[in-house]
Amino acid sequence: MMHISATVNGTHRMGEVEPRLLLVHWLRENLGLVGTPIGCDTSNCGACTVLLDGQSVKSCNMLAVQADGSNITTIQGLGPEGEMGTIQKAFKECHGLQCGYCTPGMVTAAADLLAENPDPTEEEIREGLHGNLCRCTGYHNIVKSVQLAAAEMRGAK
Amino acid sequence: MIPSAFDYVRAGTVDEAVAALVAGGEDAKVLGGGQSLIPVLRLRLNNPSLIVDVSTVDEMRSIVDEGSSLLIGAAVTTDAVMKDAGVQADIPLLAITAATVADRAIRHRGTFGGSCAHADPAGDLPTVAQALDAEFVIAGPGGRRTVAAKDFFLDFFTTAVGPDEVLVAVRVPKLGAGWGVNYQKFQRTAQAWAIVGVAAAVKTEGGTITGARIALTNMGATPIRASSVEAALIGGPATIEAIKAASASAADGTKPTSDTHATADFRSHLARVHTARAVAKAAGI
Ligand SMILES: Cc1cc2nc3c(=O)[nH]c(=O)nc-3n(C[C@H](O)[C@H](O)[C@H](O)COP(=O)(O)OP(=O)(O)OC[C@H]3O[C@@H](n4cnc5c(N)ncnc54)[C@H](O)[C@@H]3O)c2cc1C
Ligand code: FES
Ligand code: FES
Repeated sequence: MMHISATVNGTHRMGEVEPRLLLVHWLRENLGLVGTPIGCDTSNCGACTVLLDGQSVKSCNMLAVQADGSNITTIQGLGPEGEMGTIQKAFKECHGLQCGYCTPGMVTAAADLLAENPDPTEEEIREGLHGNLCRCTGYHNIVKSVQLAAAEMRGAK
Repeated sequence: MIPSAFDYVRAGTVDEAVAALVAGGEDAKVLGGGQSLIPVLRLRLNNPSLIVDVSTVDEMRSIVDEGSSLLIGAAVTTDAVMKDAGVQADIPLLAITAATVADRAIRHRGTFGGSCAHADPAGDLPTVAQALDAEFVIAGPGGRRTVAAKDFFLDFFTTAVGPDEVLVAVRVPKLGAGWGVNYQKFQRTAQAWAIVGVAAAVKTEGGTITGARIALTNMGATPIRASSVEAALIGGPATIEAIKAASASAADGTKPTSDTHATADFRSHLARVHTARAVAKAAGI
Protein backbone atom coordinates (compact mmCIF):
# COMPACT_ATOMS: atom_id res chain seq x y z
CA MET A 1 0.00 0.00 0.00
CA MET A 2 1.13 3.54 -0.69
CA HIS A 3 0.16 6.78 0.95
CA ILE A 4 -1.26 9.49 -1.31
CA SER A 5 -2.74 12.90 -0.72
CA ALA A 6 -4.39 15.32 -3.09
CA THR A 7 -6.69 18.31 -3.08
CA VAL A 8 -10.00 17.07 -4.45
CA ASN A 9 -12.73 19.62 -5.15
CA GLY A 10 -11.00 22.03 -2.81
CA THR A 11 -10.69 19.60 0.09
CA HIS A 12 -7.50 17.91 1.22
CA ARG A 13 -7.92 14.16 0.93
CA MET A 14 -5.55 11.29 1.64
CA GLY A 15 -5.50 7.56 1.75
CA GLU A 16 -3.61 4.29 1.52
CA VAL A 17 -3.92 2.76 -1.92
CA GLU A 18 -2.66 -0.20 -3.88
CA PRO A 19 -0.47 0.97 -6.80
CA ARG A 20 -2.86 -0.69 -9.25
CA LEU A 21 -5.84 1.37 -8.06
CA LEU A 22 -7.05 3.59 -10.90
CA LEU A 23 -7.66 7.24 -10.11
CA VAL A 24 -11.34 6.87 -11.03
CA HIS A 25 -11.73 4.05 -8.51
CA TRP A 26 -10.08 6.13 -5.78
CA LEU A 27 -12.49 8.98 -6.51
CA ARG A 28 -15.58 6.80 -6.68
CA GLU A 29 -14.97 4.07 -4.18
CA ASN A 30 -12.63 5.55 -1.60
CA LEU A 31 -13.82 9.16 -1.68
CA GLY A 32 -17.44 8.49 -2.64
CA LEU A 33 -17.34 10.95 -5.56
CA VAL A 34 -19.64 8.88 -7.73
CA GLY A 35 -20.48 11.81 -10.01
CA THR A 36 -17.57 10.61 -12.15
CA PRO A 37 -18.71 7.49 -14.01
CA ILE A 38 -16.82 4.76 -15.84
CA GLY A 39 -18.05 4.12 -19.36
CA CYS A 40 -15.47 1.86 -20.96
CA ASP A 41 -12.44 -0.33 -20.46
CA THR A 42 -10.39 1.11 -23.31
CA SER A 43 -9.87 4.78 -22.36
CA ASN A 44 -11.97 5.85 -25.31
CA CYS A 45 -15.23 7.24 -23.99
CA GLY A 46 -14.16 10.14 -21.76
CA ALA A 47 -17.03 9.69 -19.28
CA CYS A 48 -14.47 9.63 -16.46
CA THR A 49 -12.82 12.95 -17.40
CA VAL A 50 -11.65 15.10 -14.46
CA LEU A 51 -9.35 18.12 -14.23
CA LEU A 52 -5.88 17.36 -12.89
CA ASP A 53 -3.98 20.54 -12.05
CA GLY A 54 -6.41 22.33 -14.35
CA GLN A 55 -6.07 20.03 -17.36
CA SER A 56 -8.52 17.37 -18.52
CA VAL A 57 -7.44 13.76 -18.02
CA LYS A 58 -9.26 10.47 -18.27
CA SER A 59 -9.26 9.32 -14.66
CA CYS A 60 -9.60 5.67 -15.73
CA ASN A 61 -6.28 6.03 -17.52
CA MET A 62 -4.17 7.07 -14.55
CA LEU A 63 -3.08 5.36 -11.38
CA ALA A 64 -4.21 6.96 -8.14
CA VAL A 65 -0.57 6.97 -6.99
CA GLN A 66 0.26 9.20 -9.97
CA ALA A 67 -2.19 11.80 -8.71
CA ASP A 68 -0.30 12.12 -5.41
CA GLY A 69 0.24 15.81 -4.65
CA SER A 70 -2.10 17.05 -7.36
CA ASN A 71 -5.17 19.23 -7.45
CA ILE A 72 -8.22 17.42 -8.82
CA THR A 73 -11.60 18.83 -9.82
CA THR A 74 -14.42 16.42 -10.61
CA ILE A 75 -17.88 17.22 -11.93
CA GLN A 76 -18.93 17.60 -8.29
CA GLY A 77 -16.49 20.45 -7.79
CA LEU A 78 -17.22 22.50 -10.89
CA GLY A 79 -19.97 24.65 -9.38
CA PRO A 80 -20.39 26.32 -6.01
CA GLU A 81 -21.16 23.82 -3.23
CA GLY A 82 -24.48 22.12 -3.96
CA GLU A 83 -25.18 24.21 -7.07
CA MET A 84 -24.59 23.85 -10.77
CA GLY A 85 -21.83 25.77 -12.49
CA THR A 86 -22.26 27.78 -15.68
CA ILE A 87 -21.49 24.88 -18.02
CA GLN A 88 -23.84 22.52 -16.18
CA LYS A 89 -26.63 25.10 -16.35
CA ALA A 90 -26.02 25.54 -20.09
CA PHE A 91 -26.30 21.77 -20.65
CA LYS A 92 -29.62 21.82 -18.79
CA GLU A 93 -30.85 24.86 -20.72
CA CYS A 94 -29.89 23.48 -24.17
CA HIS A 95 -30.88 19.86 -23.50
CA GLY A 96 -27.25 18.86 -23.90
CA LEU A 97 -27.98 15.47 -22.37
CA GLN A 98 -30.43 12.61 -22.55
CA CYS A 99 -29.39 9.62 -20.43
CA GLY A 100 -26.69 11.77 -18.82
CA TYR A 101 -24.01 9.12 -18.67
CA CYS A 102 -21.50 11.04 -20.76
CA THR A 103 -22.41 14.40 -19.20
CA PRO A 104 -19.91 14.62 -16.31
CA GLY A 105 -17.10 13.97 -18.78
CA MET A 106 -18.53 16.32 -21.41
CA VAL A 107 -18.93 19.16 -18.93
CA THR A 108 -15.46 18.66 -17.48
CA ALA A 109 -13.88 18.42 -20.93
CA ALA A 110 -15.77 21.57 -21.91
CA ALA A 111 -14.40 23.35 -18.84
CA ASP A 112 -10.89 22.40 -19.96
CA LEU A 113 -11.53 23.57 -23.52
CA LEU A 114 -13.10 26.91 -22.49
CA ALA A 115 -10.26 27.65 -20.10
CA GLU A 116 -7.90 27.57 -23.06
CA ASN A 117 -10.24 28.93 -25.72
CA PRO A 118 -13.04 31.13 -24.31
CA ASP A 119 -14.63 31.69 -27.72
CA PRO A 120 -14.39 28.45 -29.71
CA THR A 121 -15.97 27.93 -33.13
CA GLU A 122 -18.35 25.00 -33.62
CA GLU A 123 -15.50 23.16 -35.32
CA GLU A 124 -13.19 23.83 -32.36
CA ILE A 125 -15.84 22.58 -29.92
CA ARG A 126 -16.34 19.36 -31.89
CA GLU A 127 -12.58 18.88 -32.17
CA GLY A 128 -12.04 19.77 -28.50
CA LEU A 129 -14.62 17.26 -27.29
CA HIS A 130 -13.92 14.40 -29.66
CA GLY A 131 -12.40 12.34 -26.88
CA ASN A 132 -15.85 12.23 -25.26
CA LEU A 133 -18.44 9.90 -26.72
CA CYS A 134 -22.19 10.40 -26.43
CA ARG A 135 -24.53 7.63 -27.57
CA CYS A 136 -27.73 9.65 -27.16
CA THR A 137 -27.70 13.25 -28.27
CA GLY A 138 -25.96 13.19 -31.66
CA TYR A 139 -23.75 15.95 -30.20
CA HIS A 140 -25.80 18.78 -31.69
CA ASN A 141 -27.16 20.04 -28.37
CA ILE A 142 -23.86 19.43 -26.66
CA VAL A 143 -22.24 21.88 -29.07
CA LYS A 144 -25.05 24.37 -28.41
CA SER A 145 -24.59 23.94 -24.66
CA VAL A 146 -20.89 24.69 -24.88
CA GLN A 147 -21.56 27.72 -27.09
CA LEU A 148 -24.05 29.06 -24.54
CA ALA A 149 -21.69 28.37 -21.65
CA ALA A 150 -18.87 30.11 -23.52
CA ALA A 151 -21.03 33.16 -24.14
CA GLU A 152 -22.12 33.33 -20.50
CA MET A 153 -18.60 32.91 -19.24
CA ARG A 154 -17.40 35.71 -21.52
CA GLY A 155 -20.15 37.86 -20.11
CA ALA A 156 -21.42 38.45 -23.65
CA LYS A 157 -24.94 37.49 -22.71
CA MET B 1 -11.01 -4.55 -15.50
CA ILE B 2 -8.72 -3.87 -12.57
CA PRO B 3 -5.04 -4.42 -13.40
CA SER B 4 -3.11 -7.23 -11.71
CA ALA B 5 -1.14 -6.20 -8.64
CA PHE B 6 2.28 -4.62 -9.15
CA ASP B 7 4.84 -2.62 -7.21
CA TYR B 8 5.32 1.03 -8.12
CA VAL B 9 8.40 3.26 -8.07
CA ARG B 10 8.29 6.93 -8.96
CA ALA B 11 11.77 7.62 -10.31
CA GLY B 12 13.36 10.96 -9.44
CA THR B 13 16.20 10.68 -11.95
CA VAL B 14 17.11 8.64 -15.02
CA ASP B 15 19.71 6.73 -12.98
CA GLU B 16 17.10 5.85 -10.37
CA ALA B 17 14.78 4.59 -13.09
CA VAL B 18 17.49 2.39 -14.64
CA ALA B 19 18.49 1.02 -11.22
CA ALA B 20 14.86 0.17 -10.46
CA LEU B 21 14.48 -1.59 -13.83
CA VAL B 22 17.65 -3.61 -13.26
CA ALA B 23 16.49 -4.59 -9.76
CA GLY B 24 13.00 -5.40 -11.06
CA GLY B 25 14.24 -7.85 -13.68
CA GLU B 26 12.33 -8.95 -16.74
CA ASP B 27 8.87 -8.15 -15.45
CA ALA B 28 9.59 -4.48 -14.79
CA LYS B 29 8.01 -1.92 -17.09
CA VAL B 30 8.51 1.80 -17.63
CA LEU B 31 5.44 4.01 -17.24
CA GLY B 32 5.46 7.24 -19.26
CA GLY B 33 2.14 8.99 -19.74
CA GLY B 34 0.33 5.68 -19.30
CA GLN B 35 -2.05 6.37 -22.17
CA SER B 36 -1.13 3.12 -23.89
CA LEU B 37 0.25 1.12 -20.97
CA ILE B 38 -2.68 1.59 -18.59
CA PRO B 39 -5.26 0.33 -21.13
CA VAL B 40 -2.94 -2.67 -21.65
CA LEU B 41 -2.82 -3.27 -17.88
CA ARG B 42 -6.59 -2.88 -17.57
CA LEU B 43 -7.16 -5.44 -20.29
CA ARG B 44 -4.52 -7.61 -18.57
CA LEU B 45 -2.64 -8.03 -21.84
CA ASN B 46 0.53 -7.51 -19.82
CA ASN B 47 1.03 -8.09 -16.10
CA PRO B 48 4.30 -6.47 -15.00
CA SER B 49 5.42 -7.04 -11.42
CA LEU B 50 7.01 -3.59 -11.17
CA ILE B 51 6.07 -0.25 -12.73
CA VAL B 52 8.80 2.40 -12.89
CA ASP B 53 7.19 5.80 -13.41
CA VAL B 54 9.44 8.20 -15.33
CA SER B 55 6.76 10.80 -16.00
CA THR B 56 8.06 13.13 -13.30
CA VAL B 57 11.81 12.90 -14.04
CA ASP B 58 12.81 16.56 -14.52
CA GLU B 59 15.53 15.88 -17.07
CA MET B 60 13.00 14.09 -19.26
CA ARG B 61 10.43 16.88 -19.11
CA SER B 62 12.32 19.69 -20.80
CA ILE B 63 12.93 20.82 -24.37
CA VAL B 64 16.47 22.07 -25.03
CA ASP B 65 17.44 24.11 -28.09
CA GLU B 66 20.77 22.72 -29.29
CA GLY B 67 21.13 25.07 -32.24
CA SER B 68 20.55 22.81 -35.21
CA SER B 69 18.18 20.51 -33.31
CA LEU B 70 15.76 20.36 -30.39
CA LEU B 71 16.39 17.79 -27.67
CA ILE B 72 12.90 16.85 -26.54
CA GLY B 73 12.64 15.01 -23.23
CA ALA B 74 10.89 11.67 -23.55
CA ALA B 75 8.39 12.62 -20.84
CA VAL B 76 7.30 15.88 -22.47
CA THR B 77 3.59 15.47 -23.10
CA THR B 78 2.10 15.45 -26.58
CA ASP B 79 0.15 18.57 -25.57
CA ALA B 80 3.33 20.37 -24.50
CA VAL B 81 5.09 19.34 -27.72
CA MET B 82 2.35 20.77 -29.93
CA LYS B 83 2.18 24.02 -27.96
CA ASP B 84 5.92 24.60 -27.54
CA ALA B 85 6.98 27.78 -29.35
CA GLY B 86 10.32 26.29 -30.38
CA VAL B 87 8.72 23.15 -31.81
CA GLN B 88 6.13 25.24 -33.65
CA ALA B 89 8.82 27.49 -35.13
CA ASP B 90 11.58 25.01 -35.90
CA ILE B 91 9.90 21.59 -36.23
CA PRO B 92 6.37 22.46 -37.35
CA LEU B 93 5.84 18.95 -38.76
CA LEU B 94 6.02 17.62 -35.21
CA ALA B 95 3.67 20.30 -33.84
CA ILE B 96 0.96 19.77 -36.46
CA THR B 97 1.18 15.99 -36.22
CA ALA B 98 1.04 16.00 -32.42
CA ALA B 99 -2.22 17.96 -32.71
CA THR B 100 -3.79 14.99 -34.55
CA VAL B 101 -2.94 12.47 -31.79
CA ALA B 102 -5.93 11.15 -29.85
CA ASP B 103 -7.82 13.86 -27.92
CA ARG B 104 -7.06 16.69 -25.49
CA ALA B 105 -7.21 14.54 -22.36
CA ILE B 106 -4.95 11.82 -23.79
CA ARG B 107 -2.51 14.47 -25.08
CA HIS B 108 -2.35 16.03 -21.62
CA ARG B 109 -0.84 12.80 -20.26
CA GLY B 110 0.65 10.87 -23.20
CA THR B 111 4.29 11.62 -23.98
CA PHE B 112 6.40 11.96 -27.12
CA GLY B 113 8.91 9.44 -25.80
CA GLY B 114 6.20 7.02 -24.70
CA SER B 115 4.63 7.14 -28.13
CA CYS B 116 7.98 6.33 -29.78
CA ALA B 117 8.87 3.63 -27.22
CA HIS B 118 5.41 2.09 -27.61
CA ALA B 119 5.97 1.96 -31.39
CA ASP B 120 2.42 1.22 -32.41
CA PRO B 121 2.54 0.94 -36.22
CA ALA B 122 -0.46 3.31 -36.28
CA GLY B 123 1.27 5.86 -34.02
CA ASP B 124 1.69 9.30 -35.58
CA LEU B 125 4.74 10.69 -33.79
CA PRO B 126 7.14 7.83 -34.68
CA THR B 127 6.47 8.66 -38.34
CA VAL B 128 7.64 12.24 -37.81
CA ALA B 129 10.76 10.98 -36.03
CA GLN B 130 11.46 8.72 -39.01
CA ALA B 131 10.80 11.46 -41.59
CA LEU B 132 13.11 13.93 -39.86
CA ASP B 133 15.93 11.47 -39.03
CA ALA B 134 15.55 11.96 -35.29
CA GLU B 135 18.00 10.42 -32.80
CA PHE B 136 17.02 8.59 -29.65
CA VAL B 137 19.00 8.97 -26.44
CA ILE B 138 18.69 5.76 -24.43
CA ALA B 139 20.05 5.17 -20.89
CA GLY B 140 20.79 1.74 -19.50
CA PRO B 141 22.99 0.04 -16.91
CA GLY B 142 26.02 0.51 -19.20
CA GLY B 143 25.49 4.24 -19.68
CA ARG B 144 23.92 6.21 -22.50
CA ARG B 145 23.82 5.61 -26.24
CA THR B 146 22.26 7.31 -29.22
CA VAL B 147 20.31 5.41 -31.86
CA ALA B 148 19.24 6.81 -35.24
CA ALA B 149 15.54 6.59 -36.11
CA LYS B 150 16.22 4.13 -38.92
CA ASP B 151 17.73 1.72 -36.36
CA PHE B 152 15.27 2.51 -33.55
CA PHE B 153 11.97 1.08 -34.81
CA LEU B 154 12.52 -2.66 -35.16
CA ASP B 155 9.10 -4.31 -35.42
CA PHE B 156 5.48 -4.07 -34.24
CA PHE B 157 5.67 -2.53 -30.74
CA THR B 158 9.43 -3.21 -30.68
CA THR B 159 12.25 -0.67 -30.53
CA ALA B 160 15.94 -0.53 -29.72
CA VAL B 161 15.07 0.27 -26.07
CA GLY B 162 15.98 -2.81 -24.01
CA PRO B 163 13.98 -4.05 -20.99
CA ASP B 164 16.40 -2.43 -18.53
CA GLU B 165 16.69 0.81 -20.48
CA VAL B 166 14.90 4.16 -20.49
CA LEU B 167 14.34 6.41 -23.48
CA VAL B 168 15.57 9.75 -22.13
CA ALA B 169 15.08 12.15 -25.02
CA VAL B 170 14.57 12.47 -28.75
CA ARG B 171 16.83 14.79 -30.74
CA VAL B 172 14.92 16.20 -33.70
CA PRO B 173 16.89 18.17 -36.31
CA LYS B 174 15.47 21.51 -37.42
CA LEU B 175 14.69 21.76 -41.11
CA GLY B 176 15.67 25.38 -41.61
CA ALA B 177 14.20 27.88 -44.04
CA GLY B 178 12.31 27.05 -47.22
CA TRP B 179 10.61 23.86 -46.03
CA GLY B 180 6.86 23.32 -45.98
CA VAL B 181 5.25 20.50 -44.01
CA ASN B 182 2.04 18.52 -43.86
CA TYR B 183 0.58 15.45 -42.15
CA GLN B 184 -2.29 13.55 -43.74
CA LYS B 185 -4.15 11.16 -41.48
CA PHE B 186 -6.84 8.91 -42.89
CA GLN B 187 -9.10 7.78 -40.05
CA ARG B 188 -12.43 6.06 -39.77
CA THR B 189 -13.77 8.34 -37.02
CA ALA B 190 -12.58 11.55 -35.40
CA GLN B 191 -10.64 10.12 -32.47
CA ALA B 192 -9.41 6.94 -34.18
CA TRP B 193 -5.86 5.92 -34.98
CA ALA B 194 -4.55 6.37 -38.53
CA ILE B 195 -5.54 3.72 -41.05
CA VAL B 196 -2.74 5.29 -43.06
CA GLY B 197 -0.81 8.47 -42.35
CA VAL B 198 1.74 10.44 -44.37
CA ALA B 199 4.23 12.95 -42.98
CA ALA B 200 5.85 15.18 -45.57
CA ALA B 201 8.44 17.94 -45.49
CA VAL B 202 9.23 19.53 -48.82
CA LYS B 203 11.68 22.27 -49.81
CA THR B 204 10.99 24.26 -52.94
CA GLU B 205 13.22 26.82 -54.63
CA GLY B 206 11.96 28.77 -57.63
CA GLY B 207 9.33 26.18 -58.54
CA THR B 208 11.69 23.22 -58.19
CA ILE B 209 11.59 20.69 -55.37
CA THR B 210 15.06 20.59 -53.81
CA GLY B 211 14.36 18.56 -50.68
CA ALA B 212 11.80 15.95 -49.65
CA ARG B 213 11.30 13.82 -46.57
CA ILE B 214 8.31 11.54 -46.52
CA ALA B 215 7.38 8.84 -44.04
CA LEU B 216 4.33 6.60 -43.81
CA THR B 217 2.24 5.56 -40.80
CA ASN B 218 0.72 2.06 -40.60
CA MET B 219 2.13 0.81 -43.90
CA GLY B 220 4.14 -1.91 -42.18
CA ALA B 221 5.45 -2.95 -38.79
CA THR B 222 7.38 0.32 -38.38
CA PRO B 223 7.18 3.84 -39.81
CA ILE B 224 8.60 3.66 -43.34
CA ARG B 225 10.44 6.27 -45.40
CA ALA B 226 9.02 6.59 -48.90
CA SER B 227 12.54 6.90 -50.33
CA SER B 228 11.57 6.30 -53.94
CA VAL B 229 9.04 9.13 -53.79
CA GLU B 230 11.65 11.40 -52.23
CA ALA B 231 14.11 10.56 -55.02
CA ALA B 232 11.52 11.04 -57.74
CA LEU B 233 10.47 14.45 -56.37
CA ILE B 234 13.90 16.00 -55.89
CA GLY B 235 14.99 18.04 -58.88
CA GLY B 236 11.51 17.95 -60.39
CA PRO B 237 8.98 20.74 -60.71
CA ALA B 238 6.62 21.53 -57.84
CA THR B 239 3.50 20.80 -59.88
CA ILE B 240 0.50 18.59 -59.14
CA GLU B 241 1.31 16.37 -62.14
CA ALA B 242 4.91 15.77 -61.08
CA ILE B 243 3.88 15.17 -57.46
CA LYS B 244 1.19 12.67 -58.47
CA ALA B 245 3.62 10.84 -60.73
CA ALA B 246 6.25 10.64 -57.97
CA SER B 247 3.67 9.52 -55.39
CA ALA B 248 2.70 6.51 -57.52
CA SER B 249 5.59 4.61 -55.91
CA ALA B 250 4.59 5.51 -52.31
CA ALA B 251 3.55 1.95 -51.44
CA ASP B 252 6.61 0.32 -53.03
CA GLY B 253 8.55 -1.76 -50.52
CA THR B 254 5.88 -1.42 -47.82
CA LYS B 255 4.15 -4.30 -46.03
CA PRO B 256 0.72 -3.06 -44.97
CA THR B 257 -1.53 -5.41 -43.03
CA SER B 258 -5.14 -6.27 -43.80
CA ASP B 259 -7.52 -5.85 -40.87
CA THR B 260 -11.13 -4.91 -40.14
CA HIS B 261 -10.46 -1.29 -41.11
CA ALA B 262 -8.74 -1.77 -44.47
CA THR B 263 -7.22 -4.36 -46.75
CA ALA B 264 -3.54 -4.15 -47.64
CA ASP B 265 -4.49 -3.11 -51.18
CA PHE B 266 -6.68 -0.30 -49.92
CA ARG B 267 -3.87 0.85 -47.61
CA SER B 268 -1.50 0.95 -50.59
CA HIS B 269 -4.00 3.04 -52.49
CA LEU B 270 -4.39 5.38 -49.53
CA ALA B 271 -0.62 5.72 -49.23
CA ARG B 272 -0.34 6.87 -52.85
CA VAL B 273 -3.26 9.30 -52.67
CA HIS B 274 -2.30 10.78 -49.32
CA THR B 275 1.37 11.07 -50.20
CA ALA B 276 0.39 13.20 -53.19
CA ARG B 277 -1.88 15.31 -50.97
CA ALA B 278 0.69 15.72 -48.21
CA VAL B 279 3.48 16.65 -50.63
CA ALA B 280 1.28 19.10 -52.56
CA LYS B 281 0.15 20.81 -49.35
CA ALA B 282 3.71 20.88 -48.00
CA ALA B 283 4.84 22.46 -51.26
CA GLY B 284 2.09 25.04 -50.90
CA ILE B 285 -0.03 23.92 -53.86
C1 LIG C 1 -8.29 6.55 -26.90
C2 LIG C 1 -6.87 6.69 -27.36
C3 LIG C 1 -6.60 7.20 -28.62
C4 LIG C 1 -5.28 7.32 -29.08
N1 LIG C 1 -5.07 7.83 -30.33
C5 LIG C 1 -3.81 7.95 -30.78
C6 LIG C 1 -3.54 8.46 -32.08
O1 LIG C 1 -4.44 8.85 -32.83
N2 LIG C 1 -2.25 8.53 -32.50
C7 LIG C 1 -1.21 8.14 -31.71
O2 LIG C 1 -0.07 8.24 -32.14
N3 LIG C 1 -1.42 7.68 -30.46
C8 LIG C 1 -2.69 7.57 -29.99
N4 LIG C 1 -2.90 7.08 -28.72
C9 LIG C 1 -1.74 6.66 -27.91
C10 LIG C 1 -1.14 7.82 -27.15
O3 LIG C 1 -0.48 8.68 -28.05
C11 LIG C 1 -0.12 7.33 -26.10
O4 LIG C 1 0.12 8.43 -25.31
C12 LIG C 1 1.20 6.82 -26.60
O5 LIG C 1 1.06 5.76 -27.52
C13 LIG C 1 2.04 6.27 -25.47
O6 LIG C 1 2.64 7.28 -24.75
P1 LIG C 1 2.61 7.29 -23.17
O7 LIG C 1 3.55 8.34 -22.71
O8 LIG C 1 1.23 7.38 -22.71
O9 LIG C 1 3.28 5.88 -22.85
P2 LIG C 1 2.87 4.72 -21.83
O10 LIG C 1 1.49 4.30 -22.04
O11 LIG C 1 3.28 5.12 -20.47
O12 LIG C 1 3.88 3.59 -22.33
C14 LIG C 1 3.73 2.94 -23.58
C15 LIG C 1 4.89 1.96 -23.76
O13 LIG C 1 6.12 2.67 -23.90
C16 LIG C 1 7.00 2.35 -22.83
N5 LIG C 1 7.62 3.64 -22.41
C17 LIG C 1 6.97 4.80 -22.16
N6 LIG C 1 7.85 5.79 -21.89
C18 LIG C 1 9.09 5.22 -21.96
C19 LIG C 1 10.43 5.71 -21.79
N7 LIG C 1 10.67 7.00 -21.52
N8 LIG C 1 11.44 4.84 -21.93
C20 LIG C 1 11.22 3.52 -22.23
N9 LIG C 1 10.00 3.01 -22.41
C21 LIG C 1 8.94 3.84 -22.28
C22 LIG C 1 6.16 1.70 -21.75
O14 LIG C 1 6.90 0.77 -21.00
C23 LIG C 1 5.08 1.02 -22.57
O15 LIG C 1 5.53 -0.20 -23.06
C24 LIG C 1 -4.20 6.94 -28.24
C25 LIG C 1 -4.46 6.43 -26.97
C26 LIG C 1 -5.77 6.29 -26.52
C27 LIG C 1 -6.03 5.73 -25.17
S1 FES D 1 -14.14 5.30 -18.60
FE1 FES D 1 -12.42 6.52 -18.88
S2 FES D 1 -12.38 6.83 -20.99
FE2 FES D 1 -14.08 5.48 -20.75
S1 FES E 1 -26.56 11.67 -22.97
FE1 FES E 1 -26.51 9.50 -23.05
S2 FES E 1 -24.46 9.12 -23.60
FE2 FES E 1 -24.59 11.24 -23.79
